[in-house]
Amino acid sequence: MTSSSDVRPASRTGAGLSLHGAVLGRPGAPVLDAVDLDVAPGEILTVVGPSGCGKSTLLRTLAGLLSPLAGTAGQDGNPLTGPSADRALIFQEDALLPWRTLRTNVELPLAIRGLPRSERRAQAESWLDRVGLTDHARQLPHRVSGGQRQRAQLARALAGAPRAVLMDEPFGALDAQTRAGMQDLLVEVLHGTGATVVFVTHDVDEALFLGDRVALLGNGRLTAVRDVPRPRDRTAHDDPARVALRRDVLSSLGT
Amino acid sequence: MTRRPLARHALRALSLAAALGLWQLLTSLNVDLWLRFSQFPTVTDVARTFADRLSGPDYWTDLTDSLTRILTGFVLAAVLGVAAGVLVASSRLAEDLLGPVLEVVRPIPAIALVPVAILLFPSNEQGIVFITFTAAFFPVLVSTRHAVRALTPVWEEAVRTMGGGRWRVLGSVVLPGALPGIFGGLSVGIGVSWICVISAEMISGQYGVGYRTWQDYTVVNYAGVLVGMVTIGVLGWVTSTAVELLGRRLTRWLPRTSYVPAARPVRRVRDTGAAAPATSTTKEEAPHDQLV
Repeated sequence: MTSSSDVRPASRTGAGLSLHGAVLGRPGAPVLDAVDLDVAPGEILTVVGPSGCGKSTLLRTLAGLLSPLAGTAGQDGNPLTGPSADRALIFQEDALLPWRTLRTNVELPLAIRGLPRSERRAQAESWLDRVGLTDHARQLPHRVSGGQRQRAQLARALAGAPRAVLMDEPFGALDAQTRAGMQDLLVEVLHGTGATVVFVTHDVDEALFLGDRVALLGNGRLTAVRDVPRPRDRTAHDDPARVALRRDVLSSLGT
Repeated sequence: MTRRPLARHALRALSLAAALGLWQLLTSLNVDLWLRFSQFPTVTDVARTFADRLSGPDYWTDLTDSLTRILTGFVLAAVLGVAAGVLVASSRLAEDLLGPVLEVVRPIPAIALVPVAILLFPSNEQGIVFITFTAAFFPVLVSTRHAVRALTPVWEEAVRTMGGGRWRVLGSVVLPGALPGIFGGLSVGIGVSWICVISAEMISGQYGVGYRTWQDYTVVNYAGVLVGMVTIGVLGWVTSTAVELLGRRLTRWLPRTSYVPAARPVRRVRDTGAAAPATSTTKEEAPHDQLV
């Protein structure tokens, strides 16, 4: 720990994210209107809604890649001024740089933070280890499977020590088994980072499994935010509270 | 299909030898069948002249002069072409300011700029380099512009959400991502700059392979002309191959389909057996760590 930039407290605090009276979309093409949302530090908020309802727009706004057309988007009470290493974004599509190996991809946010080469390498290897990719560290992205690429993306995002992780249907393109494994891995890897998570999905069961709360989008609006009972249990299908919540969520989404 | 590399090299050498044999046969027998080979120097004439030239000092001066000109012009074109291409592709202001001028100058064949070069530059030498530069500049510019515009947007978004700024995006996403396209332009560029350096030397050079070839023609030394042409051919091939190999080296990360000849070594590695592949592919990909 030589440079000041890499000294981070062991348990970081997550960022509180907020949207107030926000109209979201690209200039001239709003997709979400009057969004009021507060994401508490450290919570996992899942966002569900049909395709094209503005889930990605919501996430890109929170990332700082888009500005709200009206209203405010903020982090810990301060308005967002653009993208920042505080808020990592994980994409559904393959966003690893194809000319870098998995390890050098994971090193990228560390390089941007200005860490020396040996430090970068050690941290990247430890993150790859945590997502089970040690054996593939020196492979190029196109040589590994889709699930492995998403794990590498997760490692890359978390290596930058973000205070919030924004995930845009990260497991959407994976088969069901890989997907369940990735959900467990995500919960496990996030544990202890303290990072706030906003996780967008079109899969209601995924949203209910991962989320502390679930936000529902539809008809160009944020229609509701529901608390999800804990602890996480993939097999508790007959828990009456869960069954009721699931039915409620599905009916709010109009399915 | 299953030919060995050795057999393929032998076949290539045989094809070259057959062409030379035919040439020698037609010229030594003074065949005049509409095409008149009687005036044409024989292979042995050319070889003798070549041997004489190689032992004299002028040949090597010509060679180094031509190479210096093309390398200077080409390197300038590569650097400025990539810079201008990135600028025009990523900034609307730059596109509006530079676009019209570039589009008007682009269709002018570089060799038609000889009068401009003579007017502009105090020495012939600089004029030739200028023409060589112009020839390579536009293919590099155009292919860079296309390559940058075709980049996947999420790469840039990913780097920006890691806290990377404009320069980081340029260095870690734009340049490496556009490299395959840029090398397409460089390959075309080295070819046309070679054509242009020879032509410019023929018009206004002192020393240089093009100058020598034209000199020989004016003094009716046809064997000398043929020596010049062979030299041009070989040097052109060597410079193009150098660019091609460098390009392949720097873009080895590209997933290649099996019908691309460059993919063959990789496929052979996979075919060799069960134990080898994992380690050999890892080794092969290691150099990419150094890129960027």
